[in-house]
Amino acid sequence: MLYSTLCYHDEAVTTAWSAEHDAAVIADLRKVQDRWAAKVGPVVRLMPTSAATTLRKTENLVIDGPFAETKEQLLGFYVVDVATLDEALAFARDLAAANPGGAYEVRPVMLYQPDGRGGADGGA
Amino acid sequence: MAAPEPDWIEARLVAARPRAMAALLRYFRDLDLAEEAFQEASLRALRSWPKNGPPRDAEGWLILVGRNAALDRVRKDARLSGLPDDAAISDREDVEPEMAERLDAADYRDDILRLLFICCHPDLPATQQVALALRIVSGLPLARIARAFLVGERAMEQRLTRAKARIRSAEVPFETPGPAERAERLGAVAAMIYLIFNEGYTDADPASERAELCDEAIRLARLTLRMFPAEPEVMGLLALMLLQHSRQKARFGEGGLPILLDDQDRGLWNGAMIAEALALLDKAMRHLAPGPYQIQAAIAALHARARHPEATDWAGINALYRALERRGASPVVTLNRAVAVSKLEGPEAALALIEPLAGALDGYFYFHGVRGALLERLGRREEARTAFGRAIALAGTAAEAAHIRQHLDRLGGG
Repeated sequence: MLYSTLCYHDEAVTTAWSAEHDAAVIADLRKVQDRWAAKVGPVVRLMPTSAATTLRKTENLVIDGPFAETKEQLLGFYVVDVATLDEALAFARDLAAANPGGAYEVRPVMLYQPDGRGGADGGA
Repeated sequence: MAAPEPDWIEARLVAARPRAMAALLRYFRDLDLAEEAFQEASLRALRSWPKNGPPRDAEGWLILVGRNAALDRVRKDARLSGLPDDAAISDREDVEPEMAERLDAADYRDDILRLLFICCHPDLPATQQVALALRIVSGLPLARIARAFLVGERAMEQRLTRAKARIRSAEVPFETPGPAERAERLGAVAAMIYLIFNEGYTDADPASERAELCDEAIRLARLTLRMFPAEPEVMGLLALMLLQHSRQKARFGEGGLPILLDDQDRGLWNGAMIAEALALLDKAMRHLAPGPYQIQAAIAALHARARHPEATDWAGINALYRALERRGASPVVTLNRAVAVSKLEGPEAALALIEPLAGALDGYFYFHGVRGALLERLGRREEARTAFGRAIALAGTAAEAAHIRQHLDRLGGG
């Protein structure tokens, strides 16, 4: 079963991290990924919500930023291929130990179409 | 749940600071009291959060605990009552419902804007605005701010005290601002953030004390954009700073010597920052409300998009500088346009463009630097030497002076 692990955190906190702190957190999460290497699929880190634009379907209304003004923002997600929800939760707990604060939402994946395209600096 | 790491708490406190300080300022209407209250609340957080876990609403917790602690101190100072009841203020179950009710996002927005606005009050000289914002909003330690401005801690403390006194006498209104006033404040705040960035950018050698001012400015712009997510000029400002800062690692060589745009290793540019800036700029332009920050960001974006110097769209840059000139002629804008003109039409045309600026920019380092370089290219060596000599006398940093000296060495003789 494919599970997505959605990462939520307060952007006021994560954008206040120093470059070194940010790099350290990413390095710690990377270690967890390496431990789960056989089961981790694509990993996505999203740009801050200030770079987001939302299209509200019913009114064809475009607004700046995420549609929902929630305190904890979706910052990125992992896709893991594991047998059970318990195992997916174990992965999320591992991530949480590496980077406390915020929340992880574990949600089963319905459709999965990876194409290996890179992002801001992942393309090279 | 695992106990959070102490540095995690530190990050929470840094992040919570602007909102908490802003609310405490609204409550106490006094910067010193608000600062003390936040300080006290932070100390208590460091004691209590590792034990009890972080509160769900960190800002709310800090505001209430800080407010009560400061009130207790005021009362104690006035000898009106006995010791504070610690238990009454540190129970987070009591804190949160009350705070959640009272402090919605709109409240915060005007509070934070006021806090930022107070720091850039027009009565304050620019350097005091920057120092005050770094101390009050960012919470940088006094010693680090003093080092960034190359003054002693005592001198910086006095400067901040004077700034606060001036603000007190200026009596910034605490009522919720109207739309016109809000727009005016936002403009002043954007200008101050730009000023902080410039302080760091002129000397952003990663080894220098000032480099972190760029990070602080970017952080403040993010905060402002979170409060005003549909303001194209705030998007433009953040995009501009991200683009300029993306080159930080490429801008300085051995011994902190500046490396010019043409000579930089573009592989060292920060791709993630550039990508975010371009996304922000795209979004800003959808609003069809161009302004100086968006235009400057668009200029920076044309540099960022060029994979190598020859690919730079100098015609586009020239046009954008013209657009900036039309919005308010500044000799500095024309000086920068002259660089684009020199690439498009050669040094002679560029020199003709800047000669009329000599009066206005006589005390400006970059004017004499650009003029010297143009004269050098035209083979007018003696005049070039004079211009570079003038530039050295005006250099703000040792690296700037050393850079000009390289030009002089190349001209030889003397």
